[in-house]
Amino acid sequence: MSGDTTYRVVPVRHYGRWVAAVIIAVLVAMGVHTIFSKVPTGQFACSTLNGVRSCHSVLEWRFGWDVVFQYFTSSLMLKGLVITLELTVLAMVIGIVLGVGIAIMRLSPNRLLSMPAWTYTWFFRGTPVYVQLLFWFNFAALYKVITFGVPFANVHFFTFDSLSITAFVAAVIGLGLNEAAYMSEIARAGLISVDEGQVEAATALGMTRAQTLRLVILPQAMRVVLPPTGNEIISMLKTTSLAAAISVIELTGAAQNIYASNYKVVDLLICASMWYIAMTTVLSIGQYYLERHFGRGALRSQPLTPIERLRADLKGITGKLHTSRPAVSR
Amino acid sequence: MTEIMVDARSVTKHYGNVQVLKGVNLQVKRGEVTCLIGPSGSGKSTLLRCINHLEKHDTGELLVDGELVGYQLRGDRLYERKANEICQNRSEIGMVFQRFNLFSHLTVLDNITIGMMRVKGVGQEPAKAKARELLLRVGLENKENSYPSQLSGGQQQRVAIARALAMEPKLMLFDEPTSALDPELVGEVLDVMRDLANSGMTMIVVTHEMGFAREVADSVYFLDQGVIEESGDPAQVLTHPRTERLQNFLSKVL
Repeated sequence: MSGDTTYRVVPVRHYGRWVAAVIIAVLVAMGVHTIFSKVPTGQFACSTLNGVRSCHSVLEWRFGWDVVFQYFTSSLMLKGLVITLELTVLAMVIGIVLGVGIAIMRLSPNRLLSMPAWTYTWFFRGTPVYVQLLFWFNFAALYKVITFGVPFANVHFFTFDSLSITAFVAAVIGLGLNEAAYMSEIARAGLISVDEGQVEAATALGMTRAQTLRLVILPQAMRVVLPPTGNEIISMLKTTSLAAAISVIELTGAAQNIYASNYKVVDLLICASMWYIAMTTVLSIGQYYLERHFGRGALRSQPLTPIERLRADLKGITGKLHTSRPAVSR
Repeated sequence: MTEIMVDARSVTKHYGNVQVLKGVNLQVKRGEVTCLIGPSGSGKSTLLRCINHLEKHDTGELLVDGELVGYQLRGDRLYERKANEICQNRSEIGMVFQRFNLFSHLTVLDNITIGMMRVKGVGQEPAKAKARELLLRVGLENKENSYPSQLSGGQQQRVAIARALAMEPKLMLFDEPTSALDPELVGEVLDVMRDLANSGMTMIVVTHEMGFAREVADSVYFLDQGVIEESGDPAQVLTHPRTERLQNFLSKVL
């Protein structure tokens, strides 16, 4: 091992990995094939050509792709899609605003504030969201009317009839209040993740508590809060399908309505699923760039975006073609 | 304009049942540099933090620029000051921390301008101009777009000093500003502090840098177990300590 001899480096061969890769490739190919295969319907189509009558078995897509795409952009499904998006946005807005408020209350040294916040989370996390939806939908059984006014004085600002809580409103309330319980824990984790020294520095500069919260704590908490919040939004998008149980015609409800009349159950469930996947994909991409934005300053250098990384990889590959084999000199 | 910038008389403070300050007396004249030395846990940092009301002292009088810290005397009663008055008072006192505490989500320039813009209401352009001037002064004029995590400890501490100076404070508090630094980075921070002292800034520095104390300080206070054991001219206190405790302390740190 002396002098300027150059050795070729032989990497370890991972035979086990190669075998595993082949097995997985075969399974993937089988899976793709069966998803896009056609099967006989049991019917025959016959025709007469030049006096010769011939018949052949009629085939159809196993997964009913023609039906899926027929309904994918149908007005019923699109209406359901809009309702799903409305439910998601409204419930998340309620969840985030209320959740941050509850988290701030929970961290208060005053037990009259922190205990109710704890109780709220305890209750709403402890009961199934499906049950909560049914509860709000049947709220009128508890209170016929709700009046806002001054307690113990005969002053009423406005009154409303509990029966006016439609299925949609019940779904927004139910999903939003339940979400607030989860969001409050996420927000609390974010708030306590910010270093005490940051608060001291802001205080020493003469910032008020509100300024410190808004300018220093919340922007830094965002980095911790965003990934689980993205998770919650994606989760909410799918949880809205429970609203179908209280007769809200959102995406899943629309699919159910359609297959109730044409019996294409699986086809329409696939159709709805494709919309859910499309929407969660868009949300995931948005989440990635939002996290990048709020992550600045946390790392010494910003990681590349997938597009930048792809470009760098391509450059690396073309670069490698022009360089000789790697070798170490001893 | 009073001659005395900080006047502490019999200041006490306890956490739970631990008495951290047991009646501390301290006087800092305008334009002077005062160093607080002493073993860890002696109450140096607590005293410093009481001066800008990051901590509330229990008893005794604490005056900054002739005004009681955190309270207002009317008749024979002390009224606790409102939060915005305390914020106003704090904004006139700069503070530099051991762990720098730069706002990690903001660039160097934004770290310096945020106090000027949000607390003092300075416009964006004048704030930026002032920040660049201060960065030049601490020798970091080419780092304005960096984030704190991209800087060395010494550079971060110099930015922290610039951030405090941006508020045009009448008094600067330094809480062990070089204790978290690698030895070779201590010098650059002390250089900035020495310049600041020469420019006539009133400074209170909690430090373990005895060389700095001897060279720059106008007076030195030695705290031990919440009591000022010895104080006076640095040459006198540091070279001819009278008490045994200070002799012991100096033999360990020098």
